[in-house]
Amino acid sequence: MDRRNFLKSLAAAGAAVTIKSSGAMDVMAATNSAMPEMAPAAAAASADLVAVMNGEPAAMLRKALETMGGIGQYVKKGNKVVIKPNIGWDRTPELAANTNPELVAEMVKQCLAAGASEVKVFDHSCDEWTKCYDHSGIQKAVKDAGGTMVPANEESYYQEISLPKGKVLKKAKVHKAILECDVWFNMPVLKNHGGARLTMAMKNHMGIVWDRRAFHSMGLQECIADITTISKPAALQIVDAYRIITSNGPQGRDAKDVVLTKALFASKDIVAVDTAAGKFFNQFKSIPVDTVTHIAKGEALGMGTTDLESIKVERIKM
Amino acid sequence: MLKKIRVAAAILVLAFLTFCFIDFAGIITDPLLQKIQFGPALMSLSIITLVALAALTLLFGRIYCSVICPLGILQDVFNWMSKKFNKKKKYGFKPESKIVRYGILAALIIAWICGFSVMVSLVEPYSAFGRIATQVLKPLYMLGNNLLALISEKTGSYLFYHNAVMIRSMASFVTALITLLLIAVISFMRGRTWCNVICPVGTILGLLSRFSLFKVRIDTGKCNHCTACSRKCKSYCIDSKNQQIDYSRCVDCFDCLDTCKQKALYYGLKKEPSPAPVKRPQNDAPVDASRRDFLKSSLAVAAVAPQVAMAKKSGIALFQPTPASPPGSLSHKNLMQHCTACHLCISKCPSKVLKPATMEYGLAGFMQPVMKFDQGFCNYNCTVCSDVCPAGAIKHVTLEEKHQIQPGHVVFRTDVCVVHNKRTSCGACAAHGPTQAVHMVPWEDGLTHPEISTELCLGCGGCEFICPVHAIYVEGNPEHLVATLPKQEETTVSDDFGFGF
Repeated sequence: MDRRNFLKSLAAAGAAVTIKSSGAMDVMAATNSAMPEMAPAAAAASADLVAVMNGEPAAMLRKALETMGGIGQYVKKGNKVVIKPNIGWDRTPELAANTNPELVAEMVKQCLAAGASEVKVFDHSCDEWTKCYDHSGIQKAVKDAGGTMVPANEESYYQEISLPKGKVLKKAKVHKAILECDVWFNMPVLKNHGGARLTMAMKNHMGIVWDRRAFHSMGLQECIADITTISKPAALQIVDAYRIITSNGPQGRDAKDVVLTKALFASKDIVAVDTAAGKFFNQFKSIPVDTVTHIAKGEALGMGTTDLESIKVERIKM
Repeated sequence: MLKKIRVAAAILVLAFLTFCFIDFAGIITDPLLQKIQFGPALMSLSIITLVALAALTLLFGRIYCSVICPLGILQDVFNWMSKKFNKKKKYGFKPESKIVRYGILAALIIAWICGFSVMVSLVEPYSAFGRIATQVLKPLYMLGNNLLALISEKTGSYLFYHNAVMIRSMASFVTALITLLLIAVISFMRGRTWCNVICPVGTILGLLSRFSLFKVRIDTGKCNHCTACSRKCKSYCIDSKNQQIDYSRCVDCFDCLDTCKQKALYYGLKKEPSPAPVKRPQNDAPVDASRRDFLKSSLAVAAVAPQVAMAKKSGIALFQPTPASPPGSLSHKNLMQHCTACHLCISKCPSKVLKPATMEYGLAGFMQPVMKFDQGFCNYNCTVCSDVCPAGAIKHVTLEEKHQIQPGHVVFRTDVCVVHNKRTSCGACAAHGPTQAVHMVPWEDGLTHPEISTELCLGCGGCEFICPVHAIYVEGNPEHLVATLPKQEETTVSDDFGFGF
C-alpha cells in the first residue's frame, strides 16, 4: 500500500510539473487565495492572542485562525510548511498525551488550502516512534488531510544550529524539516508535566531537537526557554486544550487523569500563549504559572510577555 | 522433478524466514514458519508440531532438513555455490560416525538438563540461522534500507526511513559470524556433514528416518554399482557397492535420482526388485564396546562441565545489577530452560531494548535476550517478543497481563540525581514511566524530585534510558513479580470553568 502511495505521489509530482507549465495551476491558485478573503471580520480585527472555548477541535482552530487574520497571513502560495504537534507517547487520542489528531488534520487542510506546496508533520517521540505516530491517530489524520509524516527517529534527520541568545543551551541539533521549511507551526497539547510542571508551547520545542538528555542535564527550564530563541521561530503557537492531562503528566496513567476542557489558544507570542494556557489549566489543578519557571525565563530572553493585560486578547465562546 | 519441487520450496522457506528476521519495520507479524521448527517446538513442548514433524519424517524421510530447516537450506546454497566453482565435485560414501553423532546428542541433552542451555543454543540449527540472520544479515539489510531512505528523501518521500545500523552485542555478532563461516566452509567442502555429525535435530530425525515409508530406494535388479549416485550425494550416505543407503543421513534432497542412468533409483514405497538381483550379504556390524564407553565418558564430562562454569559465574554478577529478562519470560530459570537464542524477539523488538546477553545471566545464558536500556526502553503497549517467541521461553501475554508484569524494579540514587546535585528541574525519569512508579513530588525551591512507588514499577527502563546522569536504574527480578495497578483516583471536575485569565 505504501509503495503504491509512493508511486502515486511520484506520478502526482510529475503531473504537477506538467500542470504548472500549462498555466492550469494559476486557476487553482486563484481559488485558494480567494478563500481567506471569504471569511469576513478576518483581516479587520487581528488579535495578539485568541482563546476559544466550547467547540470541536477543527471548528475552534478555524475560529482562531480567522480571528488572527486568516491562515493566508502565515502561509503563502507555494510555501513549504511544517507542523510540529506533540506525538511523544504511544497513547490513543482519548488519553490526551499527544496533540488532538483532528486539530492537526485541520491545520494541514488550512495550510494546503492557503496554497502550501507541502505540509510536513513530525515529532521526536519519546516512546517508540512508529507506535506513537500510529496510535496517536495523527499519522492517519495527516495523511488523509494531504500532509506528509516525516520520521525523526535518527540523528541523521537533524542538523546542528547555534543559539546565540541561549543562556546555557548554546547549540542544538534541530530537525532539518524545520530548518528547510518556509514556515512552521508549533502545535502542543496542554498537560501536566512532572519535571517542567506544565508542558505547552515552549516545552513542545524539545521535540524539534535530537539530544533531549542534554536539556535535563544542563537545566531543563532554562534549556526550554533557550531553544525557543531559535532564529526561525514558529509562525504561530497553537495550544490544544481540547482534552488535558491534569495529573501524572506528561503521559497520564489512564482516562482518569484526563479532563475534557474543549479549549484552544493561539498567538504569535509564545510566552503569552503559555501564560494563558497555564492559567486556564489552574482552574482544574493548582500548578501556579510562576512555578513553571521556563515561562518567566522565556520572558527574560525577550520571547514575549506574561502580562496578558498588555496585549490584545480575544476570548471566544462557541 | 522432485528435486525441482524441493529446491523451489526450500527457496521460498529460506526467503520467508530470512525476511522475518531482518524485517525491522514489522511487516511480518506472525512468524508462522518459526513455530514449526523442531528445536523451539521441543523446547516449548508443542506436541502438535512435534507429532506432525515426526509423522512427516516417518512418512517421507528427512524432508525437514531440506525444506524446513533454514540452516540446512543455507548449507545447500553454499554447496550449490561450491559446485559452480568445481564442476566435477564428487562426494562418495563414508560410513556413519555414530560415536560422534550420538555422543554429541547425548552431551547436549545432559548439558540442557544441567541448565547449561548455551550448548543447545549454539548448535540448534534454526536458532543458529536466526542469529546469523539477525546479527549478520540484518545490519546489511538496514544499510541497504538507509541508502534507499537517502534516495527517497531526495524525492520528497518518506516511504523508507533511516534506522541506525547497530550490532546489539559484539559477542553474539562474533558468534553468529563464526557460525556462518563454519557452516559455509563445512558445506562448501563437505556437503551436509554438519547435519549428519553435529546437528542434534539431524540426529534425532535420523533415528526416525530409518523407518520412513517413502525413501530413496535402489532397485537392486537395475543397479550396476556404477557409484554415480554416490558421487552426487552430499550426505555421503549411498553405499553403491553394497546397494545400501544410510537413511539416517539421507536428507531427501533428491540430487541422486536423475543421475542414475540405469533408472535404478526411485523415491517411494518399497517395491520388489527387478529380476536378476545380485544380492550381497549384509554386513551387520557387531556391537561396539568402545562406543558404549565413549557415551558413558561423554555423559560424565557433560555433567561436570556446567557445574564448573556455574562456579566461575558467581563472581561476575557482583558489579552489575541483576539483569531483567523480557516480560512473559516468567523467570530467569524459565528463560534458561526454553530459550535457544534464535534472536527473533531481539530482532523484532521495536524499542531496541532486547539485546543478546553476554555474561549477564552467566555463561549458561549466553546470547539469550536481556533488557538493556541504553538505546531504548520497553514500550508499555507492546507484546511483540511474547507474540513471536516460538520456544515458550517468553510466554504469550496479553496487554492487560503485561501491564502488571514486573520483570525488574526501579532503584533511585538520590545522591546522583541532577535535581539534588544541581538544584535544577528535570523529571525526565517520571515523564518516561507509564505508571508513575517514579513520580515527581514537590521538594525545595519550587523544584520537584523523584519519588518511587516500587509496587507500580513495570521495569520498563524508561527512567534509566532517559536519565542524564544514571541516577536511576532497573534491578532485574530473577522471578518476575506482579505489579500493583495504579489506584483509580476519581477526579471531580466542575463544569463551571471559564478562560481562567
